[in-house]
Amino acid sequence: MDLLISAFDILLRWDVALALLAGSVGGVLIGAIPGVGPAVAIAILLPATFSLDPIVGLTVLLGIYGSSMYGGAIPAILINTPGTAVNALTTYDGHPMTARGEPRRALSLAYSASFFGGVFSVVCLILFAPVLAKVAPMFGSREIFLAALLGLILVVVAHRGQTLIAGALACLGIFLNTIGMEPVKYTQRYTFGQDFLGGGINLIVVVLGLFALSQAFVLLTDEDEKIRVSRLRGGLFQGLRELARHPRVAGVSASFGVLMGMIPGVGEFTAQFMSYTYAQKTSKRPQDFGRGSSEGLIAAETSNNAVPAAAMVPLLALGIPGEALTAMMLSVFYVHNVVPGPGLFQNDMDFVVALYLALLILNVLVLVFLLFATGALVQVVRIPNRFLGVCILTLSFVGVYSLRNSVTDCLLAAGFGVFGFVLKRLSLPAVPIILGMVLGGIMEVKLRAAMARIKTPFDFIDRPVAFILFSLIIIVLVAHVLRVRKDRLSLKEAEWQTKTASTSFGALMWRRRNSFLKAHGKKVRARHSRLLRRLTGLF
Amino acid sequence: MTTERERRFVGPRRGQLVFAAVFVALSALLLVMLPEQTAWTKKTKLFAQPRFWPAVALGGMALFAALHLYRLPWKRVSRYDMREVRKWSEAVEYAGWFMAYVIMVPVIGYLPVTVVFVPALAWRMGYRSRGMLLLSVVFAVAVVILFKAVLAVRIPGAMLYEYFPSALRSFAILYL
Repeated sequence: MDLLISAFDILLRWDVALALLAGSVGGVLIGAIPGVGPAVAIAILLPATFSLDPIVGLTVLLGIYGSSMYGGAIPAILINTPGTAVNALTTYDGHPMTARGEPRRALSLAYSASFFGGVFSVVCLILFAPVLAKVAPMFGSREIFLAALLGLILVVVAHRGQTLIAGALACLGIFLNTIGMEPVKYTQRYTFGQDFLGGGINLIVVVLGLFALSQAFVLLTDEDEKIRVSRLRGGLFQGLRELARHPRVAGVSASFGVLMGMIPGVGEFTAQFMSYTYAQKTSKRPQDFGRGSSEGLIAAETSNNAVPAAAMVPLLALGIPGEALTAMMLSVFYVHNVVPGPGLFQNDMDFVVALYLALLILNVLVLVFLLFATGALVQVVRIPNRFLGVCILTLSFVGVYSLRNSVTDCLLAAGFGVFGFVLKRLSLPAVPIILGMVLGGIMEVKLRAAMARIKTPFDFIDRPVAFILFSLIIIVLVAHVLRVRKDRLSLKEAEWQTKTASTSFGALMWRRRNSFLKAHGKKVRARHSRLLRRLTGLF
Repeated sequence: MTTERERRFVGPRRGQLVFAAVFVALSALLLVMLPEQTAWTKKTKLFAQPRFWPAVALGGMALFAALHLYRLPWKRVSRYDMREVRKWSEAVEYAGWFMAYVIMVPVIGYLPVTVVFVPALAWRMGYRSRGMLLLSVVFAVAVVILFKAVLAVRIPGAMLYEYFPSALRSFAILYL
């Protein structure tokens, strides 16, 4: 009880209240503007939060992260443009509802579903994080190495159809992290004799370049669109009542979101995709999906809002980030000397409870704000793209320059910005690079510590948790290989109209030889030559 | 006529081959530079060598990128790939604007440079109406006030501020 009271004490300061307000309202605005996303905003504000109190900084960043998905539903539903990348599935059922003349219903349903997902995942965070923290002391160097490896493999394997290049980009991230002076033998690695590389490449510089600057370049090289937004009439509270009529879809989608958020390396896309597919398969009217089904909208919005708080579970309990945005927030923890892990739960439990309460209050604030201010918020969608690009470019400068006041940092960020622009044009993922940098760094340190103690390779998986993680890695790899094999088989069937017969040249020749010698083959050739004579006989 | 492999490829065709080829070439180049850029320390196990982890990373990069290049459905660079490369160089122009901004700020000062930069870039993007240019000036001033005065972000005073009289200099260094 006094834990709760001391947590409230932390929250009842004016700067925390201001942070809650800024995080919720700012997050919704950032999500509502298509072209800006939580990644851009968090990358820009991250260095600014270093000088603030840890709870204030984290509240702003988490608020932006969580509320941006509420705001992203607005343009997704009204103008078929997802406000943030994770709201893409919302357009499938949200926009047809608007086309039918029910925009208010769609919006209120989206808000209620998001609220339910957000609160559900905070409750799960409160329940699971201490459990994982109790298990966390069993995580030694080997286990953390294996968990980070599992996360990296999952993030690569999750990109279906692009697994190879995602793997190459993840290895690029690992490589970028090794540049600079290494801390054990004090040797230089890949600095090419340059001073500015001697300190290594900062994660925030890469993040700002790959997310914020590349987005600015995309917007600057794009064209402005003419957007017409119609006026909204009617009440917004009907969504809560409608949500209560679909408890099963909402519950399962929220659980998928929590599960995918907790597993390091997986994120909103998988959660949404799985809950949408589940909702469609178990619906009484699956033909409605993609044409304005309320269940589809609930599934999409609940699952993507359930991810942020759940992604905090592995971060708080083990210090391993669940996905790219929480990886950025890890640096806020380190800057303030708040080291996540089981120590956090033993020594700073009131900080953790304050964080939980802040997340809950954020969801409530956002819902209240949206229920009253949606009409005005809709106008924000009208900001022209290229002007938005100019604004993001200006804001990114602050983000990079305030880190170390270094012009070479800004040059690196600009270089990564162009690289990120190229990746975006080619539809290639940038997230593996970030996770490669963070998890690769963790893996190198832990591997060195672990290998010092083992004699044979089997010692590595001696302990139960290490063995479980190792078997999970093997299961994921085997499942991926099986899926690749299935895809290749379906490609072969589409190309050759055969699933089972071999398509190699030797096998084709063998079949032709066998058919040539047999009676059936002679009959077929006779038929073909008769047809040919009849055809050529026409002329 | 598109083949089944091309239809199943995730992402647009333009530029894929160029990107994959350049990526493979760069990772091979970095891998070749491994002995001279990293050190081999004596009396240390393989896993603790400073060369080990970069070798793993670069080897992975080269291997996966080569496999990706091998499995691409296209083997010849087309004119659409070249158009795509030209589009990529458009971003380099804006990176240049960004670097000009970065270099001017420590010389002239955050507020003056921002108030000139934002309308200038808006003008370059094609906005000529007085409303948009006024909006860009307002945005520039708002950003400077938010980050410098409210959030107290670390942006040091400019060289130009040294020439101000002392009272104005301290105000400028703190808030502009």
